[in-house]
Amino acid sequence: MRIGNLDLERIFPFITRIKENFSWETVTESFPIIFKGIGITLGLTIASFAVALLFGFVWLLLRKIPFKPLSWLFTWIMEFIRSTPPLVQLFFLYYGWPNVPVVGVTLDPFVCGVLGIGIHFSTYISEVYRSGIESVDKGQWEAAKALNYSAGKKWTKVILPQALPPTIPMLGNYLIIMFKEVPLTATIGVIGILQLARDYGAQYWRYLEPLTIVALLFLVMSYASSLIIRRMEKKINERTGKKPAGTAVQ
Amino acid sequence: MTNPIVTFRDVHKSYGDVEVLKGIDLDIAPAEKIALIGPSGSGKTTVIRTLMTLEEPTAGIITVDGQNLWQMEKGSKMVRANEKHLRSIRGKIGMVFQHFNLFPHMTNLENCMAAPIHVKKEDKASVRKRSIEMLEKVGLGDKLDNYPNQLSGGQKQRVAMARALVMRPKVMLFDEVTSALDPELVGEVLEVIRDIANEGEMAMVLVTHEMDFALDVADRVIFLDNGVIAESGKPAEILQHSDNERLQSFLHRFRSTS
Repeated sequence: MRIGNLDLERIFPFITRIKENFSWETVTESFPIIFKGIGITLGLTIASFAVALLFGFVWLLLRKIPFKPLSWLFTWIMEFIRSTPPLVQLFFLYYGWPNVPVVGVTLDPFVCGVLGIGIHFSTYISEVYRSGIESVDKGQWEAAKALNYSAGKKWTKVILPQALPPTIPMLGNYLIIMFKEVPLTATIGVIGILQLARDYGAQYWRYLEPLTIVALLFLVMSYASSLIIRRMEKKINERTGKKPAGTAVQ
Repeated sequence: MTNPIVTFRDVHKSYGDVEVLKGIDLDIAPAEKIALIGPSGSGKTTVIRTLMTLEEPTAGIITVDGQNLWQMEKGSKMVRANEKHLRSIRGKIGMVFQHFNLFPHMTNLENCMAAPIHVKKEDKASVRKRSIEMLEKVGLGDKLDNYPNQLSGGQKQRVAMARALVMRPKVMLFDEVTSALDPELVGEVLEVIRDIANEGEMAMVLVTHEMDFALDVADRVIFLDNGVIAESGKPAEILQHSDNERLQSFLHRFRSTS
């Protein structure tokens, strides 16, 4: 391997070792097997992201309940979920929930994954929403009141259209983070691309190529997501009329 | 006064330990134009904010068009008004703010059309027509599809006034609407206020430091000092012939710059 006059392989001998060890044949053989799991991996990420976005709002509402003891309870539950590892929560849902009295049921691993990761990250997303809402100028609330807006219309027509667009980049970040948490679900039996790669490795004693494939697939999915998020951000900013700085008349 | 549109009876407002309004008694006649002046901290903004339901009085009664604003009947008792009651009365009052508070995510026309459509559920076509008329009246008929951040301060304030007027309130409140403007932009805003005042139909309360303007436009000038109404009367009396010491020393600051 050369760059110009530099023979990289002499400087970094491990490159030769990797080249000798990396089997392109394995790549072509294992790729279709691993790729079968892309539906599960991608589907789980998108489903849990949807759950997280939805429950993010639910936490906001629960914490605003006028009855202090209840709102305090829900705030505490939210903090608890935010502060414990998602893996622990996955295990709790899969192994522990069936044993809960009255409401306990056995949950399918995929459902556990969606709920576990979704609700865990909904607590972070709730904070993103909250910061967006608090960044809305206080005068907007007063203007809405002076114009006699009802609470519902005030939120949907005045506050949220200003609060949410700036949060989109952060929400996009969480989507990419959630992509990377999804492999945890392999521990409760969800067969995604990671688990398929490990199974292949266990069967054929070749781990390097399958795991490299998995890493690259995650890279492609994350990057594609970030491009989509960036485009959404542009579209929403156009729609809510954010003009570039410098067009103001003075 | 027969049938005042707004009354204040012994209204008090405290923020924690600090009492800002110490017993305000006031009657406002329909279509009356009042200039509310006074030193900073005297409570003049608080007076109009309690009327606009942005602040709740700690004591006293405010009525609008004969109805008790902050209290309502529940069975045989009077209790603190709920949001439904407040909303039923609040529509009669409009306010223009010192810092405009236009909706940045809407064009000027949309800003004006927003409340009649979202709050009063009026027909979109007629709201649009009325909003365009109102924006033309304040001199911004050519800026319908611009966004607030593309306007100067004076233009923004005029849009804010159009927005409040489209709701056809019975009482319009102006909270130091020229105080945040560059001096050369103040005139265009005062012109619009003068036009509104000359149309005659609404009561107007202007919290202002523009003494000459108050002299010109107001039917009555009220001097608020330390949480109570210290003087109240015709502009000429108050601004030129008063023998109240506090008022004289307050006005003295404006004499040299007017």
